[in-house]
Amino acid sequence: MYEFLTSPAFYDLLKGPLVWISCIVFIGGSMYRVISLLSKAKKVRVVSVYMSLKYSLRSIFHWIIPFASTNMRKHPWFTAVAFLFHICLIVTPLTLLAHNKLWYESWQIRLWSVPERIADIMTLTVIFCVVIFILRRIITPEVRFVTFASDFAILAIVAAPFISGFLAYHQLFFDYKLMVALHILSGEIMLIAIPFTRLSHMLFFWLTRAYTGSDFGAVRHSRDY
Amino acid sequence: MIKVQRKPVADPGIEENAKKLTPEKIEKTINWVLTKEADIRLKTFVETCIHCGLCSEACHYFLSYRRDSSYAPVAKVRQTLWDMLKSKGKVDAESVKMYARIAYTECNICRRCSMYCPFGIDIAYMLNLVRRICGLLGVVPQYLQDQANSHMYTYTQAWLAQDDWVDTVQFIEDELRMDIKNARIPLDKIGAEVMYSPHSLEAKFKTNLLSNIAYILNVAGVDWTMPSFDGWDSTNQAMHVGDNETMGMVERMHFEAAMKLKVKKIMTSECGHSFRAAVYDGSRWLGWKEPPITYLQPTQFFYELIRDGKIRIAQKIKEPVTVQDPCSIVRNRGLGGMLRSIVNWTCEDFRDVNPRLEHNYCCCAGSGVINYGPPWKFIRMEGGRVKINQLKATGAKIVITPCHSCHKSIEEMIHYYKLDMRVMFISEILVQNMYVPEEMKAEKKTEKEV
Repeated sequence: MYEFLTSPAFYDLLKGPLVWISCIVFIGGSMYRVISLLSKAKKVRVVSVYMSLKYSLRSIFHWIIPFASTNMRKHPWFTAVAFLFHICLIVTPLTLLAHNKLWYESWQIRLWSVPERIADIMTLTVIFCVVIFILRRIITPEVRFVTFASDFAILAIVAAPFISGFLAYHQLFFDYKLMVALHILSGEIMLIAIPFTRLSHMLFFWLTRAYTGSDFGAVRHSRDY
Repeated sequence: MIKVQRKPVADPGIEENAKKLTPEKIEKTINWVLTKEADIRLKTFVETCIHCGLCSEACHYFLSYRRDSSYAPVAKVRQTLWDMLKSKGKVDAESVKMYARIAYTECNICRRCSMYCPFGIDIAYMLNLVRRICGLLGVVPQYLQDQANSHMYTYTQAWLAQDDWVDTVQFIEDELRMDIKNARIPLDKIGAEVMYSPHSLEAKFKTNLLSNIAYILNVAGVDWTMPSFDGWDSTNQAMHVGDNETMGMVERMHFEAAMKLKVKKIMTSECGHSFRAAVYDGSRWLGWKEPPITYLQPTQFFYELIRDGKIRIAQKIKEPVTVQDPCSIVRNRGLGGMLRSIVNWTCEDFRDVNPRLEHNYCCCAGSGVINYGPPWKFIRMEGGRVKINQLKATGAKIVITPCHSCHKSIEEMIHYYKLDMRVMFISEILVQNMYVPEEMKAEKKTEKEV
């Protein structure tokens, strides 16, 4: 197994075809999920006729700004953890120097990259937040009541690229080659999983919020935050 | 199926009717509702929910039952819809009984949890689907089903015959003339400004409330009427059962009554669910985006009458008062500000509740829960603990609420928790404190003359 994972052939597969496959599945799958939802929702008259851009934006705004909604203020610690987690989760892979170098080598494009120390801190933040989420799932009774194996599985899918990336970069505990292979593999698994698991809340958050924001604001003259 | 601790409640509507179910019928009904009737919202909500449990503290049952996890909104969805979806409708009658208990007696469809879900998942929509399934299967609290049956047979909630209705109105009018000179309750007046659509209880054993409305409308000089024919009763218990067909029929009768009388607006009674049924559920079921005629809840109507000077306040209530925001008209219509304006205009010492407006707790009686009769009363009293504690904390002596369910529930909780408080409708406050011109006051006859 070890030989296979660290073999040049597997590495080539990971950084070649599988990258393309995972990106196509992620982008294509996400577009399919969103477009199919929108086209189905359009036919549902009790949803489509009440949609309002103004109140959709009002609702989204109040739920993407930390502490802008009542429930966030009721759980200040959890809100802080959840926002840190999501920000680092998205920003770290996009602004990591190593990733940007690879993109530049391949396509001559790169984004602004953060100093490596900060990238390290952000990576550890993601891992720390996942640990908090796992502990919360085990300790808090109302969360434990609705926790299944799949909930831990999606946390594992999200944490794996960060853990393996951190270990590979610092060459800790395991062989560098193995960790890099696992890092690429887990990143690809995460991309593929986004449209087809409950990680799809990344895509649907905007739409469910828009629906409820419109229903509360435009129809029921009330606030949803 | 997950087992949770619950005190057994003997309700024949649930226990006996569940015995008549067959596995085929259960499977067919569940799959019909979940695949044919439910729209894309169900799938999206179920797949988007990340099981974070942040909706828990939104629920007054969860808070009142000492943070029992099984009462959290997401837990209720887990025990009902997730169970049905996972088993593709292949569940036994015991499960259906549990679904009915959760959807009918442990959720008031108050929509507070939708405000607390980070994704804005409409959890009440999903619990309403469970009610629909149980309603189609006939596993419904008996008292509630009885009232839905009454809608089918008599077009009122309370088995009231149409001639009883006209009789009642006539004697209320007679009695009203002891207070207001030549008071009129005009029935079937074509082209009136407003049609008042009372709660059926106002024509049965709470006639003083209908009398109060007539008193206010007479003094304010409103051009109003009521139908003498079927369609006068604003209530709609079929909506709570999940019997959408009957719900639609009832709402259509209201709209048609208003059209026959060529009125400009309908005012419902001081009731939350009848407003919700007319403006949202019923209208949408019948294919209207908005109701085909302007619907007003008395909170808005009285607010406008006072604001425009048609009702003048003679004196203010001195005792400390607070309010209960009915979910159907505050969280679901934004009338909380108008309610507070009326209270400030009529009362000297108003002590607002915390949390307030759309964040206020449900009275634990909404969406039909008040109507389940003695078997479920204890469950309701305990479920309202957080509500009554909130009201108690204001130190008020009077709770003002423009909703029959809130009124009855809080009144019973005050008795159950032994508090020194009382509940009043806005109309009661107005009748006691509004200015009545001398020329309108009936001459008080001496005992000898009477």
